[in-house]
Amino acid sequence: MSVALEISGLAKTYPNGQRALGGIDLTVPAGEILAIVGGSGCGKSTLLRLIAGLETPSAGLVRVGGDLVGGPHPAVGLVFQEPRLLPWLSVADNVGFGLAALAAGERAARVGTALERVGLTAHANAWPRELSGGQAQRAALARALVTRPQVLLLDEPFSALDALTRTTLQDHLLELWAFERPTLVLVTHDIEEALVLADRVVTLRPRPGRVDDIQAVVLSRPRDRDSHNFEVHKRRLRAALNQSLAPDTLASDSLTAAAL
Amino acid sequence: MTAEATAGLENSALAIAAAGPRPWSLPRPDWRPLLLGLGLPVAAALAWEALVRSGLATGRLLPPPSRIAVTLWKLARTGELWPHVGATSGRVGLGFVLGGVAGILSGLAASYSPLFRRLVDPTLQGLRAIPSLAWVPLFLLWLGIFETSKVALIAVGVFFPVYLGVMGAVLGVDRKLVEVGRIHRLSGLDLARRILLPAILPALVVALRTGLGLGWMFVVAAEYMGASEGIGYLLVDGQQLGKPDQIIAAILVFALLGKVADAAIVALATPALRWQDAYQGGR
Repeated sequence: MSVALEISGLAKTYPNGQRALGGIDLTVPAGEILAIVGGSGCGKSTLLRLIAGLETPSAGLVRVGGDLVGGPHPAVGLVFQEPRLLPWLSVADNVGFGLAALAAGERAARVGTALERVGLTAHANAWPRELSGGQAQRAALARALVTRPQVLLLDEPFSALDALTRTTLQDHLLELWAFERPTLVLVTHDIEEALVLADRVVTLRPRPGRVDDIQAVVLSRPRDRDSHNFEVHKRRLRAALNQSLAPDTLASDSLTAAAL
Repeated sequence: MTAEATAGLENSALAIAAAGPRPWSLPRPDWRPLLLGLGLPVAAALAWEALVRSGLATGRLLPPPSRIAVTLWKLARTGELWPHVGATSGRVGLGFVLGGVAGILSGLAASYSPLFRRLVDPTLQGLRAIPSLAWVPLFLLWLGIFETSKVALIAVGVFFPVYLGVMGAVLGVDRKLVEVGRIHRLSGLDLARRILLPAILPALVVALRTGLGLGWMFVVAAEYMGASEGIGYLLVDGQQLGKPDQIIAAILVFALLGKVADAAIVALATPALRWQDAYQGGR
């Protein structure tokens, strides 16, 4: 299987001296769904921003499909924690934001398909303010997928939604993924979300962030959140997360409590 | 790619689904708030008219509305009014364009480049602290007593609120939306056109309205100190000849012109601002 994303020796130290990431090595094959979990301050969002090219690493490198990342890459899409739709564009124009270089007809067709896939065809001409939180995040997914990225990064994309919408959108994300099977890298603090979606789950250890544990999820899709096997995976991942938070931190107890 | 071409692209994407209201269509005007707003001045005018007619007040220094209306009507019918309106509007228009463009460009430069801001902003803030009317004698000396000094004074008045408004608005643009532009690899110019400009548009409209308001203020000052034409000249003339009705008529013309110009900016901007999810007043 070809490699979609290659991360080696990736480190980030902020100008104030804070070490966010202390050397990350990861190889993600094409079409894989990789989840990254960890307690707060483990640098998981920083890792995603480095892959997206929104920040520059202090050391190490990121390759997407063999290209060295030195800024936002055309084959990489990013969905933020908030929808970040542009309030002055209709939903359709938001979805088509990244397609400005295409001819009008082609663009409209691609936007139409994307809206249909996320079930927002009826809201194409609505303003972003008229959407619910779940609808807005679906529009954001459509905007990121319409450019057909090889790698889609998701930064806690469902954490601001209510539990029911969150579950629905997790299943919906898998449906969308099945169309073109891009590589997904998902940052989350939700163990269940990681296990429902991912092929592998990476646990980061904080201060500075580094890979502590990688677990394969050997459950067939669609995954039953209530099955015994799912419970076993959950227990195993929770143990890994606890382990990652345990020693060399002062506030480990409170962090553990927060992560659970 | 030209701005029109991209705008066309975005419109066509917008047209793919016919369901739902078109976001850019104009709403039917609601006249009730307008009528409500007219209530107070109309009532006051009627009361004064009644007081003068009933002989309770002479109306010598404050003529009743009917006499002002007659004066205004005469000025308009004889054609005497229009050159004054034209001269004043022309000065404000030219000063507004010059000051507005300079304000927008400097505001953009000051917000985009920290170097420009550190170099120029302290000086501009210092100049802004000078009451702009203090420039008048200097402008008269430098630029003469004719149009140039008047237009320059108005442009100075317009410049500062526009400069401040644009700079503040750009510096206040949500970093998260700018990141959306970055992730789509927009060039600096595209970022300005597709993210920054739409984002600051509401604040830009407010800044332009403030600037235009000051423009009308400064045209009076400019015309007060020597003009043979303009509404300001009518004011001076009315004072020297002891014609309060002419003074009030000129004031009314100023109010009307200012209101019309302001409404024009609002009307031009409204279709572009319909996306706003803002507080509408009330609860």
